Amino acid sequence: MIGIKINKTLHGAVGKMELDVDLHIGEGEFIALAGQSGSGKTTLLRIIAGLEEASGSIRVGDEAWLEGNTALAPQKRKIGFVFQDYALFDNMSVEENLLYVSKDRELAAKLLSMTGLEELARRYPRMLSGGQKQRVSLCRALMNRPKILLMDEPLSALDPAMRTKLQHEILMLHKEFGTTTIMVSHDPSEIYRLASRVVTLSHGRIIHDASPKESLLRTRGSQKFTFEGELLDILRVDVIHIAIVAIGQQIVEIVIGSEQAQSLSIGQKVSVSTKAFAPIIVPCEN
Amino acid sequence: MIDLSQLELAPFLLSFKLAAVTTLILMLLSLPLAWYLSQSRSRVKPFIEALTALPIVLPPSVLGFYILWALSANSPVGSFFEEYFGVKLVFNFTGLVIASCFYSLPFMVQPLQNGFEGVNRNMLEASYISGKGKLETILRVALPNMKPALITAIIVTFAHTVGEFGVVLMVGGSIPGETKVASVAIYEMVEIMDYGTAHIYSAIMVILSFAVLLGVYIFNGKFNKRF
Repeated sequence: MIGIKINKTLHGAVGKMELDVDLHIGEGEFIALAGQSGSGKTTLLRIIAGLEEASGSIRVGDEAWLEGNTALAPQKRKIGFVFQDYALFDNMSVEENLLYVSKDRELAAKLLSMTGLEELARRYPRMLSGGQKQRVSLCRALMNRPKILLMDEPLSALDPAMRTKLQHEILMLHKEFGTTTIMVSHDPSEIYRLASRVVTLSHGRIIHDASPKESLLRTRGSQKFTFEGELLDILRVDVIHIAIVAIGQQIVEIVIGSEQAQSLSIGQKVSVSTKAFAPIIVPCEN
Repeated sequence: MIDLSQLELAPFLLSFKLAAVTTLILMLLSLPLAWYLSQSRSRVKPFIEALTALPIVLPPSVLGFYILWALSANSPVGSFFEEYFGVKLVFNFTGLVIASCFYSLPFMVQPLQNGFEGVNRNMLEASYISGKGKLETILRVALPNMKPALITAIIVTFAHTVGEFGVVLMVGGSIPGETKVASVAIYEMVEIMDYGTAHIYSAIMVILSFAVLLGVYIFNGKFNKRF
């Protein structure tokens, strides 16, 4: 059981903000930490890691990592941290990066083979692709058999295909090692695929704590499906208006009435929903 | 014609010995200082930075004067060392080393500080999280990833010490084999109007300095291309 109850005043881009978090995490849980940028997600991870100071308490099992003013050094916390920019040791080969953490050659070999990196063990980080680097970083984070694995938007710098691949590997490693994990993520499909619980932060506070299904499925009332998107443009074609909406990676056109066209403003977040017909789902090509 | 075999090389040897000793001492002193400056967000930091940079802007004579004043046998420090250790701190090689350490300090600290600041912070934090302390992180992660800065610091400090003149003249005088370094020797040659020897000494200094700097730039260019 991990109990986190911390408080810290942040001086961010939007001025002063109080980070005030009370969170209990069960052994082996996979938590996705969501919320807009500037809501305190990364700071929370860094506080758990001991890289930043805060007041309050962090208890992991029967160990106190933070209690009042006494904080356990990051060196003694046994955590794994996966950085967004990988943060590999450039002067060491893939294998050396892992062995730097712990001399456990067996574990290193196992991790490298699980992530398909054996062939690259002697390469240096500068010779690896982004996806390969992030795999190494993930393996390195697991080398000290951490009590908590913290990941700060680990896949956000990768292309969608590589992302999906690595999500599967993260899931596989999570099943194998059962490490309690907290991952900062913005990607709903990633959260749905990986997390068992979603904690949403806003302005330093937890505003939502639920299962991925409850958190992510945004349908309300009798609507059959809903997408959230950004209104990019409203075009007038003869007598009708067409709204151009960006939903995820796609741009769609939707016919709207002229009254509605007046009430919407470009750049606004909109939700696109329907309830009148049954959608057909067919597999995508490729 | 000047007979090259008659040329006295002692001033050059002394210059290089002084530079080597100074570089070694400064490296040991500057590594912790540069690390502190690179990581600190303290309000004292600008004061320490300004203090370390002083020798760059001060006339060497000012520096030399203060060192003389602080270390001579009449000063508390000078008399302490003379009384308890029987060591004189000025007008000998020891005095030159002390003066050079002050004089060349910024040339060691600044590149090292820049180097430490240029190392990805996450990389250092990844090392801490891996359970490694500061010293191990500096030696195994920070320094190997800032080789150009390290090499620049060493070479520039060495070269700058070889090239100093005002401070050594004031603190050391011109005792052959003890404090008469190359730059002082050239000054004397000019004073006694031995332009031939002055030419040769000066040419040697130019060639050596150029070769050293060229080496640094070639190395750094190669290292930076690797990443």
